[in-house]
Amino acid sequence: MSVDYSFSNEIENMMYASKLNPINECIQCGTCSGTCPAIEFMDHSPRKIIGMIRANLKKEVLNSNTYWSCASCFHCTVRCPAGIDISDLMYTLKRYSIWNNQYQEDLIGPEFSESFVKMIVTYGRSYEPALAATYLPKYSAANIMEEALTASGLVLNGKLNIFPKKIKRIKKFQNVVKRILPLGEAK
Amino acid sequence: MKSYAYYPGCSLESLGKNYHISAMEVASKLGLDLQEISDWNCCGATAYYPIDELLAYTLSARNLAIAEQTGLIDFVAPCSACYKNAYSTNKLLKSDPELAEHINYALEADNLKITGSMNVRHLIEVFLEDVGLEEIKHKAIKPLKDIKVAPYYGCQMIRPRKGDENVENPMFFEELISAIGATPIDFSSKTRCCGGSLIITNRSAALDMVSKLLQDATSNNADVIATTCPMCNVNLELYQRQVNHEFGTNYSIPVMYFTQLMGFALGSTEKALKIPRDFFSKISLNIGMEPS
Repeated sequence: MSVDYSFSNEIENMMYASKLNPINECIQCGTCSGTCPAIEFMDHSPRKIIGMIRANLKKEVLNSNTYWSCASCFHCTVRCPAGIDISDLMYTLKRYSIWNNQYQEDLIGPEFSESFVKMIVTYGRSYEPALAATYLPKYSAANIMEEALTASGLVLNGKLNIFPKKIKRIKKFQNVVKRILPLGEAK
Repeated sequence: MKSYAYYPGCSLESLGKNYHISAMEVASKLGLDLQEISDWNCCGATAYYPIDELLAYTLSARNLAIAEQTGLIDFVAPCSACYKNAYSTNKLLKSDPELAEHINYALEADNLKITGSMNVRHLIEVFLEDVGLEEIKHKAIKPLKDIKVAPYYGCQMIRPRKGDENVENPMFFEELISAIGATPIDFSSKTRCCGGSLIITNRSAALDMVSKLLQDATSNNADVIATTCPMCNVNLELYQRQVNHEFGTNYSIPVMYFTQLMGFALGSTEKALKIPRDFFSKISLNIGMEPS
């Protein structure tokens, strides 16, 4: 039996881990929007995005930068009087957009998440300077490290690493990951 | 001496190395034994959840399972993002046996199994609860007298909510700052986000968020901003120059890990804590005090 799910159903079903209330409990009070520290940089406020999901405006929601502008600070989540985990909703939209390969073209977020995962799957650990360097054409990972260490007064002797060291059981670690996520798909 | 399974996390190997060094220094001064767990992996920070939720839980679960093998009870993370991921994974797996079974099937590939027995804690929590304010105060042989500190909690150490704790106006960081003899400033932005990884993915939003925090700390005359997370520290410290460039401001406020401040009060040297030389004596001179 096939069931046709609406966009709002799909998003609600994907919010599996969120043990809090579903988005249809939203009373459109705007506490999330008033709390969000990134709202000035969003196409639509979190309150409006919830309304748009409930109205099944899939294209408009996915093509907005709102969810990719979320820093996952959970400030809206702890304040929502309807008990909705709005930060988790933003994560859900990020996942949905990556899976469907549908998001605003000029955003760095989707690509960043994918290269982050790629780095972890390869090394087992992340290394921020190398990740940052990918998106800051003027800098190399060594430059970023150097700048950071100078700013914090920390001077290390010896050459700076450009990539993380692999963890010892990297093969086994990759086998763990493979049981969750087919590695070919983690671009 | 009480021992802990210590999970430093990736940042503490690179940009947050001074956090790791000062954390170890403070722990030894306080008689705590932080044992780094073997062959740990990245917790996924905030970048994993957009790709796959199950994978994000699995990453933290592997670290927790390695920690369980040590026989220790407490899983301690100094990074707020690592802490949040480990805490929520541990909690979720305990309440969802089916999910735990699925993740244990994956962990089996590395001969690991998670039961959810670890007590996941942030480093600051361990100092506050297991050592206690009285003991810290007693051991602070060089109290940071008259130094005004902005207690920056950030996000993921206190959010999402875990029980009925005060997430709107927590005070434990202020209490710790007072215990080492310093003065916590009234810092209304103390739980406002620093931007986290938006510093890479949405630079203008993150710089705006950082600038608001710097403004609040500066206008309340803080001598230093104290942090509990490597991402907060990097954003607030490293990007001041860019904020100044972007907003025409002139911020130049030191940012330090709480462990660096604590360590100095406990009698460690600036060198051992990776604090710039004469940092505290310069602040003391500025406010007309004799250098300690």
